Amino acid sequence: MNPLLPFEWIMATRFMREGRMQTLLIVGGVALGVSVIVFISALISGLQSNLFRRTLDFQAQIIILPPEEVARPLRDANARQTAILVQPRAQRLRSVDQWQKVRDQLLKMKNVTVVAPVVSGAGFVIRADANRAVTLTGIEPESYLRLIALKDKIIAGSANVTSSDILVGIELAKDMGVAMGDKLTLRTASGGTATLIISGIFDFGNKGQNQRSVYVSFRTAQSLLNLTGGASSLEVNVADPFSAETIAQDIQAQTGLKAESWIATNAQFFSALAAQSMSNTIIRFFVGLTAALGIASVLVVSVVQKSKEIGLLRATGTSRRQILRIFLLQGALMGLMGSLVGSLMGWGFLTLWRGIAKNADGTPLFVINFDPMLFFYAAAGATLVGTLAAIFPALRAARLDPAVAIRG
Amino acid sequence: MVEPDDAITLRLEGIHKAYGVGTPAEIEVLHGVDLILKRGEFAALIGPSGSGKSTLLNIIGLLDQPSAGKLFITGQPTEQLKDLELTHLRASEIGFIFQFHNLLPAFTALENVMLPRLAALGHPDEAMRKRAAELIDKVGLTPWAEHKSNDLSGGQQQRVAIARALVMNPALVLADEPTGNLDTKSADSVFDLMRDMNKINGTTFLIVTHDRRLAQRCDRIIELVDGRIASDKVNSNVLKNGDDTTQVADDMVT
Repeated sequence: MNPLLPFEWIMATRFMREGRMQTLLIVGGVALGVSVIVFISALISGLQSNLFRRTLDFQAQIIILPPEEVARPLRDANARQTAILVQPRAQRLRSVDQWQKVRDQLLKMKNVTVVAPVVSGAGFVIRADANRAVTLTGIEPESYLRLIALKDKIIAGSANVTSSDILVGIELAKDMGVAMGDKLTLRTASGGTATLIISGIFDFGNKGQNQRSVYVSFRTAQSLLNLTGGASSLEVNVADPFSAETIAQDIQAQTGLKAESWIATNAQFFSALAAQSMSNTIIRFFVGLTAALGIASVLVVSVVQKSKEIGLLRATGTSRRQILRIFLLQGALMGLMGSLVGSLMGWGFLTLWRGIAKNADGTPLFVINFDPMLFFYAAAGATLVGTLAAIFPALRAARLDPAVAIRG
Repeated sequence: MVEPDDAITLRLEGIHKAYGVGTPAEIEVLHGVDLILKRGEFAALIGPSGSGKSTLLNIIGLLDQPSAGKLFITGQPTEQLKDLELTHLRASEIGFIFQFHNLLPAFTALENVMLPRLAALGHPDEAMRKRAAELIDKVGLTPWAEHKSNDLSGGQQQRVAIARALVMNPALVLADEPTGNLDTKSADSVFDLMRDMNKINGTTFLIVTHDRRLAQRCDRIIELVDGRIASDKVNSNVLKNGDDTTQVADDMVT
């Protein structure tokens, strides 16, 4: 007996070794449960961060727009409207008023990491007889490329557009029959026309976006859209994407401009994420409950089997509290051992899964997060669950009347 | 109370024990037991089945509470003590030897002897191992010290139990049919061992037994009948001759 080990530890481990079969079975059961939790948690968090990235890589977290224009009908002296019918105004393309000042003000705010001015509007690309409607976005590469992962999606050329450059999607390039270095005419509804050189081709992995988006330099877009010196919107990223909505509301209050967070514009995506998280929580809860019931039932049986030994221990000077701790410790150890084995099993399943779930090109279907903290939480959680499950059997053991127990 | 208190290991005053109090099935098994055991006594508690021997032993061993009456262990009153204090008093002053299931099967003979000290101290140490080894040696089981208790014979198990009962140096050892499970030869040698320990250490022994032959070899024979002490005799022949005689048996019948 190691002198460093407390009495309760020695008793608990001996009892568990004595009931080897029971211990192995319950540790196996807990391990299976924990492996399911580890596997599903990693899968779902991988799935979520994947979805999350797909959403946020191509979308600013907050977009600041000029306030909508409203119709102001004439009123009489008593503030009564004189018009019978008030039509809402058409929203023309306008600049964010004094956007440079707004940008500087935003950059001073806590949590704001990037502010990129953007000019965007509708236009056509024209080459010979072919033309396609596109959304053109004028960007300042130095700020915009920090905001959106455009760089990663460039398959030819570079994302650094200058005033005579244009970035097109791979589908649009195919439709127009153009390649890197070719010229393309861009015309907007407001009458601006420019002939630009293709300096980069991107692939967003989405046909619609690849067909309809083009990027030009900020100033080119300003002149094409007749918005000289202006910016149709400011796009903002913040340190914590989930605080975007609160920050957007702050911005709206401070500037009087319209600020839309990605959370508000992707409400459905968010409710899907929440539903996934909820189902994950429910699975964890029931697996945890099953493990707890298993541990409790094994210990209840053990208390009955060992009632004579417990009585003997009590007669030879072991206190109720010590008996209580011996059984709580057994529950904790079963939980801990189960979680360690289960974490390894879960890790094994994940590795296997990564080998099986692949795209046609051999890349993983989606990246699974191996968060080492997940293993730590599983171990801590299972130990806690084991201890809680042991409370009832341990109390039973501690309350055994030694005189009765020894008589049997 | 002629003797000073430290010479008295155990004092019982008017011990009553009733079960099922307040129910129609209420039954009183002990009807006012008075008893004094002096230090170093080697006493037998005999009586027919159902006479309350085991109940009395459990009360003396602080495993059960009397319904009424007072119990003093080495002069200390026990009425007001809480469970934890009773446990500590039991651990330091009382050793138990039972008929069956004396030892924990998952532990070796030596570890079983260490157990009471281990529980009291909270963790093992070298001193307790040494003390346990000494006792194992005294009961003649050194070659079996590292054997699991299940691998020992009945007599050997009872010897281990005696060693364990003595490991805390208690004032009183309570033995409940310690030889009830053994053949005559083993029973004799276990009995002799208890006798030796009593002589060497001066530990008080109270032995519940059905075996009149063994009772006759004790210094004092207390007979319990229907929850009352029916006779309490000093077994003078043993003191004189150190062996059992037919005369003692005749005394007890009267």
